[in-house]
Amino acid sequence: MATLNESIPTALSNEEILRYSRHLIMPEVAMEGQQKLKAARVLCIGAGGLGSPLALYLAAAGVGTLGLVDFDVVDYTNLQRQVLHFTADVGRPKLDSAIDKLNAINPFVKTERFDTLLNSQNALEIFKGFDIIADGTDNFATRYLVNDACVLTGKPNVYASIFRFEGQASIFATKNGPCYRCLYPEPPPPGLVPSCAEGGVLGVLPGLLGVIQATEVIKLILGAGDSLIGRLLLADALAMRFRELRVRKNPDCPVCGTNPTQKELIDYNQFCGIRGEEAETTASAKIPEIQPEELKRRLDAGEDIFVLDVREPHEYQICNIHGTLIPLGDLPKRVHELDSSREIVVHCKMGGRSAKAVEFLRQSGFKHASNLTGGILAWADKVDPSLPKY
Amino acid sequence: MPIKVLIPTPLRPYAGKQSSVEVTAKTVGEALNSLVTQHPDLRKHLFAEDGKLRSFVNVYLNDEDIRYLAKDATPAKETDTISIVPSVAGGL
Repeated sequence: MATLNESIPTALSNEEILRYSRHLIMPEVAMEGQQKLKAARVLCIGAGGLGSPLALYLAAAGVGTLGLVDFDVVDYTNLQRQVLHFTADVGRPKLDSAIDKLNAINPFVKTERFDTLLNSQNALEIFKGFDIIADGTDNFATRYLVNDACVLTGKPNVYASIFRFEGQASIFATKNGPCYRCLYPEPPPPGLVPSCAEGGVLGVLPGLLGVIQATEVIKLILGAGDSLIGRLLLADALAMRFRELRVRKNPDCPVCGTNPTQKELIDYNQFCGIRGEEAETTASAKIPEIQPEELKRRLDAGEDIFVLDVREPHEYQICNIHGTLIPLGDLPKRVHELDSSREIVVHCKMGGRSAKAVEFLRQSGFKHASNLTGGILAWADKVDPSLPKY
Repeated sequence: MPIKVLIPTPLRPYAGKQSSVEVTAKTVGEALNSLVTQHPDLRKHLFAEDGKLRSFVNVYLNDEDIRYLAKDATPAKETDTISIVPSVAGGL
């Protein structure tokens, strides 16, 4: 936790006093709290959906040092929610874009940049220099890595995650509180839980959850109020309902329990997926594929090929290649509509759902079913650039 | 009066797109069984092949994790709400 260290000059200048006046006149913050904020060092993992509102508000609030970890580049699909990045930033490294904005909001904030993928080799070293870690990443491997590194370095992990219209927030890895593994001992196998890139996310949802993270970070620094330690906040933006569940510290937790069995960082990609990836490759090895250029050539040559689109109707509306639409979930009950003697090429957005569909069709006796490699996105790249990508 | 089971967004496609399902049961285990009987597609998302609840899916009776109650045997009554809360990782 941020402590007032005599060696850190936290006295506020007259400019800063004016800037933070709405904080200074509240007894819960006041001069002492504002100086704690100035002395605090907070690390934001990810400068994306959650990281944007988080870093913007922490900078505005006067957190003295903000560390940012990200290695990504801004793209068009980010702009619907990642409010740190503007249209003109597309193509720039997210950290360049983020630091420009944070400096513009509050030049009194020091930023420290880590243009890297957080991994088991660098996490402990990076975390050491900060008081609080705020996790705004997008995959299970990094979630477990951040958790374990927080437990091992004794830094609180202010956590949020999002999916479509729903979010979760909590604080893990405080001294006597539970950690993420107490809540979820193991990650799901790859492919079973869709990411935001696959499942979508309401643009304002990371705003809502990122602001909750920022609020909790600031309360931890101030030592004010009731924190989310031991509570999992569930936010459902569609119903606009908030609920909370109790999170208990698991005495048998392998990382933070009474007799921890894991005392260093592990290989998190392996922990989160090697088995599943192997299974996936074995499955896809049996699935015949067709390249977009090949399909185009054969269709143009007038060959009798039935194109089956297994995406959802709202995706079909965005773009389509005139295939017959049967969403993957409906395929079992509508399979009788298909002719097993014809050659069938199945596609979806990127090739994952259609691979499942081809597997199902072949098991159901459709010997001439194959999967369009890379889905309609690959078709847009390689055959028809006029098609919108999403 | 049946017990309400709240279905999280990622699992709704396997539960007829509903956000909650009502079941009749005396324990949490019975409630989940009744749920996957009504919606068979949910089964593989909730239970591993050995029939155990998957470790990335937590089940709560009201606000308490059933792992800290009597697990499957946790008694449930009509005024209770059962929540299924799987881990999600999205953030960017």
